[in-house]
Amino acid sequence: MPSSHDWINKPLGVVEAMFAQSNSNPEWEAKVLEYFKGQLKEKESHSWVPSLNDVPLHYLKPNSLVKFRCLVQDMFDPEFYMGVYETVDPSTKANVLRCGKYKDVTECGVDLNSRNTVTAERQTFYCVPIPGESPWAKESYGCSSQARVVPSTSYVPSRQKRSYEEDDDMDTQPQKQREPHTEPHGNGDSKRQETEAPSSQTTAPSDCSSHLDLNFPLPGERGPACLVKVYEGLDSFKLNDTLEIYGILSVNPVLTVLGEEKDPSLLLLNPTESMETPEEQRAHDPPASLVPRLHMLYARPLQHNNPLLPSAPTEDQSAFVSSFLVEMASVRAELLAYLTHVLLGDGLAAEYLLLHLISNVYTRRDVLPLGKFTLNLSGCPLNSYTERLYQIVQQLVPCSYRLSMSLHTMNSMRLVPKKDYVANRLVSGALQLARNTSLFLDETQLEQGQLDSSGVRNITALGNLISWQKVDYDFSYHQMEFPCNINVLVTSEGRSLLPSDCQVPLQPQVTPPNMEEYLTTIHMAQFTSQINKFRVYLSLARTLDYSISDEVTKAVEDDFVDMRKDDPQSVTAEDLHRMLVVARLLSLSLGQTTLSRDGWMRAKHIDMLRRSRTEQQKSLNGNEP
Amino acid sequence: MSSPTSTPVGSKPSSDGLASPPSQRRRGQDSSNGDLPAMPTSPATDIASPAVHDTSLFSSPRRSVLPSEVDMSSPLIGVRGTPVRQRPDLGSARKAPQVDLHTELPSADGAVASEQAAGQKLVIWGTDVNVGTCKEKFQRFLQRFIDPTSNEDENAGLDLNEPLYMQKLEEISVIGDPVLNVNCSHVQSFDADLYRQLISYPQEVIPTFDMAVNELFFERFPDSILEHQIQVRPYNALKTRNMRSLNPEDIDQMITISGMVIRTSQLIPEMQEAFFQCQVCAFSTRVEVDRGRIAEPAVCRNCNTTHSLALIHNRSAFSDKQMIKVQESPDDMPAGQTPHTTIVYAHNDLVDKVQPGDRINITGIYRAVPMRENPRQSTVKSVYKTHIDVIHFRKTDEKRLHGLDEDSDQKLFTEERVQTLKELAAKPDVYERLSSALAPSIYEQEDIKKGILLQLFGGTRKDFSQTGRGNFRAEVNILLCGDPGTSKSQLLQYVFNLVPRGQYTSGKGSSAVGLTAYVMKDPETKQLVLQTGALVLSDNGICCIDEFDKMSDSTRSVLHEVMEQQTISIAKAGIICQLNARTSVLAAANPVESQWNPKKTTIENIQLPHTLLSRFDLIFLMLDPQDEAYDRRLAHHLVALYYQSEEQIEEEFLDMAVLKDYIAYARTYINPRLNEEASQALIEAYVDMRKIGSGRGMVSAYPRQLESLIRLAEAHAKVRFSDKVETVDVEEAKRLHREALKQSATDPRTGFVDISILTTGMSATARKRKEEVAQALKKMIQSRGKTPAMKYQQLFDDLRGQSKAAITKDMFEEALRALADEDYLTVTGKTVRLL
Repeated sequence: MPSSHDWINKPLGVVEAMFAQSNSNPEWEAKVLEYFKGQLKEKESHSWVPSLNDVPLHYLKPNSLVKFRCLVQDMFDPEFYMGVYETVDPSTKANVLRCGKYKDVTECGVDLNSRNTVTAERQTFYCVPIPGESPWAKESYGCSSQARVVPSTSYVPSRQKRSYEEDDDMDTQPQKQREPHTEPHGNGDSKRQETEAPSSQTTAPSDCSSHLDLNFPLPGERGPACLVKVYEGLDSFKLNDTLEIYGILSVNPVLTVLGEEKDPSLLLLNPTESMETPEEQRAHDPPASLVPRLHMLYARPLQHNNPLLPSAPTEDQSAFVSSFLVEMASVRAELLAYLTHVLLGDGLAAEYLLLHLISNVYTRRDVLPLGKFTLNLSGCPLNSYTERLYQIVQQLVPCSYRLSMSLHTMNSMRLVPKKDYVANRLVSGALQLARNTSLFLDETQLEQGQLDSSGVRNITALGNLISWQKVDYDFSYHQMEFPCNINVLVTSEGRSLLPSDCQVPLQPQVTPPNMEEYLTTIHMAQFTSQINKFRVYLSLARTLDYSISDEVTKAVEDDFVDMRKDDPQSVTAEDLHRMLVVARLLSLSLGQTTLSRDGWMRAKHIDMLRRSRTEQQKSLNGNEP
Repeated sequence: MSSPTSTPVGSKPSSDGLASPPSQRRRGQDSSNGDLPAMPTSPATDIASPAVHDTSLFSSPRRSVLPSEVDMSSPLIGVRGTPVRQRPDLGSARKAPQVDLHTELPSADGAVASEQAAGQKLVIWGTDVNVGTCKEKFQRFLQRFIDPTSNEDENAGLDLNEPLYMQKLEEISVIGDPVLNVNCSHVQSFDADLYRQLISYPQEVIPTFDMAVNELFFERFPDSILEHQIQVRPYNALKTRNMRSLNPEDIDQMITISGMVIRTSQLIPEMQEAFFQCQVCAFSTRVEVDRGRIAEPAVCRNCNTTHSLALIHNRSAFSDKQMIKVQESPDDMPAGQTPHTTIVYAHNDLVDKVQPGDRINITGIYRAVPMRENPRQSTVKSVYKTHIDVIHFRKTDEKRLHGLDEDSDQKLFTEERVQTLKELAAKPDVYERLSSALAPSIYEQEDIKKGILLQLFGGTRKDFSQTGRGNFRAEVNILLCGDPGTSKSQLLQYVFNLVPRGQYTSGKGSSAVGLTAYVMKDPETKQLVLQTGALVLSDNGICCIDEFDKMSDSTRSVLHEVMEQQTISIAKAGIICQLNARTSVLAAANPVESQWNPKKTTIENIQLPHTLLSRFDLIFLMLDPQDEAYDRRLAHHLVALYYQSEEQIEEEFLDMAVLKDYIAYARTYINPRLNEEASQALIEAYVDMRKIGSGRGMVSAYPRQLESLIRLAEAHAKVRFSDKVETVDVEEAKRLHREALKQSATDPRTGFVDISILTTGMSATARKRKEEVAQALKKMIQSRGKTPAMKYQQLFDDLRGQSKAAITKDMFEEALRALADEDYLTVTGKTVRLL
């Protein structure tokens, strides 16, 4: 088996062999892609590929095949490179054709006067790990990887072999690559950090981040950023796509321009040097040791980022789905009970929270996003309740972020990505999130005070996000609209100042004396297997198809007309919109892919309950609008 | 110095080659080969190994013996010492063909280009350009090209039936600006082969053009004195339109791309010619920069001392250069991707021609340069750096400041597209089709959609500035009022997404400054910069203003000027100017009491000044109709949204892209005028409108309404792609106008349509009633006889007791005020005194 792993260890060898066979027939490029795709299709084979997400960069062998689970944060300009070039062998003086694809640098002695040089085009994407990825998802991905990685700094061929043999023995068992590394540089502290997975720059955040901003959308993120060189299908990728990229790792120190001293006289004459500002160079050519290059061979768009679900729509997935559908109703009941506990015994709020967690923008009709379900949980108890609530949500969904809407953060934080023309890159903001990320807006943190202009802009951006599911990126001379698909949950004391699809005032049934303790106990009471079931459930319910039969359509229409007959003010078109979404989510949450009459009645019922509760709240407070 | 001699010979070939991309390389080699006959010193072995030749010690002196000025001007007849100006935009590789031409043509070209056609078909190495033919062709083009249909602004004042470029040459002789801009599409229509050569080999062909034009010019105007020789600047190459479509095949070709300037660098002095002086014997020599490098002469030719030459900066020749970054314009981009940027180099007088923020069309030569090799490293990055050497800039938004910009939106429609659009226009129900295609997710409200559709098309621009009235507003303004939650915002969002130059603001968040323009000090240059706001930005587009009622009064006041005069005047921080804001306003307002009160007039419901309201052509109420059939259809529509698949909807409605193109096409190409019947119909309509009210002593129409009618009729004609406004158009305009009026200007007390509600803010009946109350009060006071002072409250109670109709305190106060105006009484505190 070790020999068959050459495609992981020496992918460039495979590429070059194919190139050599091709006799400059351009078809070889397609063949290479076919080959790698075929290898990755094989059962479990993709789990053999080490992942940049869980393996520290310096344990990975340069020029080996790695995978990276990431979000496309920025797209740089296309670049031209030498696709095929000729070198002159200094000893034999013979000209050799070489392939420049999937490489950053050429071999020495390039003959630029050769007629055989082929210029080709590729594009660079700046990719960051998926923002807000929950710790459990990271961990679970790490565990499922079967790749054995040996520190590259001390690699000896014989050692490598041994490790593969080990792999052979333990094929079936998922392994943690954490256990036995021989540490070439072993001070205790760095060791701990390294074993904690994400890459090398976290080991010294203080001195690296100061001059090199890795441009993560969310503050406090860690993990390797990566410059991905894309060769095929450039148009199929979009900003903010989540991808699993398989590619050849390149960390050639030549790529590091930083710190390279420059000859001033050359600078004057060479036009190419002077056109980049230092900022731009820093952004586009960061040291390869911090931001490795990845030459993409194959990219798989991630439909979801849940490691517990089979990835990619294959046969296993449909089998998995149908087997899970059976349990759906029971899992739902358990989850509902769990959420009810968490929401202090409020069953209705729990129901709505559940619906919110499986909501998804499934289509857009001209400007109108359909399927979004922003929930405003009002009447939340103060004192860190919301924080605990977020932790529980985080345990359930693969990606989430809590934005504490304090006056200070609203005024100072950058939510909307902005193009920095000096460095020529898109400076990320907290709203540059992957699809289906749960954004938890904590309005209980907001106090009275003055919002400055950037604060107002941030609030407007949040409003736009909620109403239209889009973020207007700031390109300084104009704005550009990027559609998004983010589940927004707003917790507030009174009604939120942000728009929302649906407001549920929380009515606690229990008042535990110690909130912290109460919630921790609930959380601890759940088994991991149980929690995992919830996680699968939430991700799965979102992906189900849904339809409404003509018969039910008719019934819904009749119902609407009847409701309006009694009191036209009571139900507006907007209410119908919301009830249709609730009905959809309710059906899906039960694993039903069509709307039944029953489902519609249930949706109406819970919406009625919710509305009577808001009315009640209004009359209590009186002065609410 | 880069001192190439210091690197080992083994790696030399690559170092030289590195300075030029592969496609340029042919010419590099050509330069050496082409020079051979003119350079007896160079050993014959050079032909065998050009690589060695390039690094040979002879390379630099060889170049220096050919001072360019003498060389290049000598073949030109009658130049009379007008100096040649170097063209760094064409790159240094141009040297090669130039030298070829100057040395005896047969020998130079013949050496390489093979005497295939017996001296007849001599071409520049690596191309198929024959200098003689090319020159001749271009001269013929200049002398003969006539474009009678030209409507470019550059050709203003020229006789279109005379050869266009000869007139331009004449202009040059008068003005003395030695630049000739040549439209490539002209060249193409005149001689397709010449055009192909120009596009494919710009750096050979353009110098040839230069020569041709100078010969022609000095032949015709021998006495002209120019600063330097005329330079030809081709533009509008049809090769590439979009930055995204640039690919390796475009390298070294002439391209035109459009984009927006995002950054300009400081001026960079670029050395063109280095001046070396021998430290030993003071012998001086000049070396031209070749592809960004200077070959330092290692040996002094005079005294044969090695390494004695030093560069004298002060005597070297430099040219101006500027780096400009251009970004793809947002309209050209596929959704979901970030815009690309390209680096552009401007040379000499093109430096500082453009500012960040300008939208420009650039014509230039696309270049790719390999990364510099670091002598300390054995490997090199395999990436090329690309840039464009500009030949011509054309600002696309420049004219917006002064005139109509018919061609700034010159969107190119393909033949088929135009055909589909025309087919669509020929359909009898095109108006209905388009209006239903507008925001399909919003249910019904057909009249409103029709109104917005007409707004999107707009009226015909008319210029009455000669009669002193200035421009006539062609834009239709629409106000939507209605209950919250009647999808007004959604409609606005849709329109904003549909039009290319739309702006969306919310009344709550915008200030007057944000809408108009403000002056900002650039932190770097300390220069005052005018930053434009939403209204100016949506010039020629639509400005959507949500929550119009929440806008502060001062903000709203700027709209007065915009909505009738279509300009914005600014007097701020020493900048006084008037900017065009020919924008249509689509506003949405909520009623003051959050629910529309049908018992009140529009003005009372939305509390907007009537001066502003009268500037809206159409005011629609979006109300809940509250009827069962409507509810049913609405429910059906909404439910359908939630289960129909994407494709089904595509079929049902017109694509948004088609609608966009349809509108863009109509706006650009269709300018309908009123025909006789239509004018008659309009006159009648107006007279009718005035008649309705006159019976009851009310005015129901003002000239402003007539103007609105005309605009709407014109817009409707545009929808039909018709050049004439006909009676049908007027009919529809009338209908829509009446419909809108019926909704918004109906007096709730009488049920009649009363335009004065919108124009004076008060219905005629209300005014009449006010009068009556005042009279009643006066009568009552008079009946009391001589009582100089009365209690306020007492008087009010008495009046209420006397009057049959209910009298509110407001009405009473109004009556008092009216009487006070008549000088009949005064009110002081709580007492009323007669005068």
